[in-house]
Amino acid sequence: MADGGSSPAASTAAGKARAARPLLLSLDHVDKVFGQNIVALRDMSLTVRQGDFISLLGPSGCGKSTVLRLIAGLMQPTRGRVRWEDATARDTLGVVFQEPTLMPWSTVADNVWLPLRLKGKARKDVLPDIEEALATVGLTGFEDAYPRELSGGMKMRVSIARALVTHPRLILMDEPFAALDEITRFKLNNDLLAMREKLDCTVIFVTHSVFESVFLSDRIVIMAARPGRVIRELGVDEPYPRTEDFRTSTEYVAHCREASEALAQAMEGVAHEG
Amino acid sequence: MALTDTAARTRSHDPSAPVIDAEEEARLRTARLDRIGRWALPLIVFVTLIATWQWYVTAWEVPHYRLPGPFLVIQTLIADFPSLAGSWWTTVRVTVLALILAIIGGGGLAILFTQSRLVEMSLFPYMVVLQVTPIIAIAPLIFIYIDSHIARVLFIAWIVAFFPVLSNTALGLKSSDHNLRDLMSIYRANRWQRLRFLQLPSSLPYFLGGLRIAGGLSLIGAVVAEFTMGSGGQAAGLAFRILESSYRLNVPRMFAALLLVILTGVAIYLVLSWLSWLLLHKWHESAIKRE
Repeated sequence: MADGGSSPAASTAAGKARAARPLLLSLDHVDKVFGQNIVALRDMSLTVRQGDFISLLGPSGCGKSTVLRLIAGLMQPTRGRVRWEDATARDTLGVVFQEPTLMPWSTVADNVWLPLRLKGKARKDVLPDIEEALATVGLTGFEDAYPRELSGGMKMRVSIARALVTHPRLILMDEPFAALDEITRFKLNNDLLAMREKLDCTVIFVTHSVFESVFLSDRIVIMAARPGRVIRELGVDEPYPRTEDFRTSTEYVAHCREASEALAQAMEGVAHEG
Repeated sequence: MALTDTAARTRSHDPSAPVIDAEEEARLRTARLDRIGRWALPLIVFVTLIATWQWYVTAWEVPHYRLPGPFLVIQTLIADFPSLAGSWWTTVRVTVLALILAIIGGGGLAILFTQSRLVEMSLFPYMVVLQVTPIIAIAPLIFIYIDSHIARVLFIAWIVAFFPVLSNTALGLKSSDHNLRDLMSIYRANRWQRLRFLQLPSSLPYFLGGLRIAGGLSLIGAVVAEFTMGSGGQAAGLAFRILESSYRLNVPRMFAALLLVILTGVAIYLVLSWLSWLLLHKWHESAIKRE
């Protein structure tokens, strides 16, 4: 969605305030084609501003993860471009995958150390950063544990700590809580919002859960599959910090209904085309 | 049955006592049996075999130049140890050197292969050829082309031993988690960092598996080399002593030397298993006991 325009997200006061924040990066009419003719993404445009919490919501195969991989630089667009407005954001980029993706042979602290270690930083010099990241995710005291000793939720926290250790301006999260049980997921959702209040960073969050996207984000980009493309963008203009109470509020329910309907439309379009 | 009754009674009398049901009782019994059986059963087989052997030799009055009894073998081992020890040391030295060369050669080639797909495509087929060629068949050629005795023996032992290290390590280097590989790209890890922080640790369990096979093979290689390259004197290994004893119909000494070879093989296996446990027990599934 290029700068406001017809996007309903920009029609409200909160939406206008959001549009005034400085640009972080944008995708301009990006296509991604795999092989000869598998169109993973068609004409995707997205403007990411500082402080956004964007959810990419859609069915499997809609290219959500492809968007993240393009932003992370793991692949190049077939057409169009990914334009970074903030070089620091690119250099400190934090990424969280669906699996915790920890190195099983390293302790928790050494796993969190990895991004800084790759930048040539000695462990003793960055120990405060490691400690701080672990404290943020609530894992102080687990420095010397090995990943196998941790529960699924705790492993995911380590993964988040590793993404935070570079003090990123932008964090990409690819369905990070999809494999966790609902109780753990709710807890991590709450904690993620609390972390973000503290750290003031931008998040692009891929999910296929309507509830998760409404609870977490202030912008929901709804995508459809075959070919992957943006169908609609919704604004969730509810103030942060959001707590557990938000989950039972009428506003939350209304936003969930709106998002569900938009998603249903997206799926319907696919069914007609299919 | 009596135990189950006791458990049931305890439960009815004291609600805070640990409850062990019949199924759990059976599981504990199996675990106990496993624990004792693991060393007791092989020991029983061993004692039975030795006793049968000794009985057979004594009862049928088998001459010791056909089959010596186990006690005669031990006696010979002790009596001839001063002369066998030198040969033993020769064989151990060749085996360990061949194993070290197999680690360097196999591991080095595996790393080279992961660094360059072109090198791998070019060379891997010939590694397989080297592996499948019966070593005995090329031994006479090696005899012609390599002059130094120790170099001949080492070369043969190395050819036999290096392949499992190469193929396992190459597989291990390629089997690192693809998300972790993406992470390395995102954090712009260079080739060396990728190797050092991701590929080498990922390949460690595979490498150690290959090493355990290579340990046994390097001993086999050393023995085969000594058989085919046989030379007497100071440098004679255990295999040569077996041959030499057979020419002299000194069968007890053949057995004594064979026993040393077997003990060496078992020792190598135990050391490598211990090394594997040491390096993996903190994190790898293979070395972790299930709770």
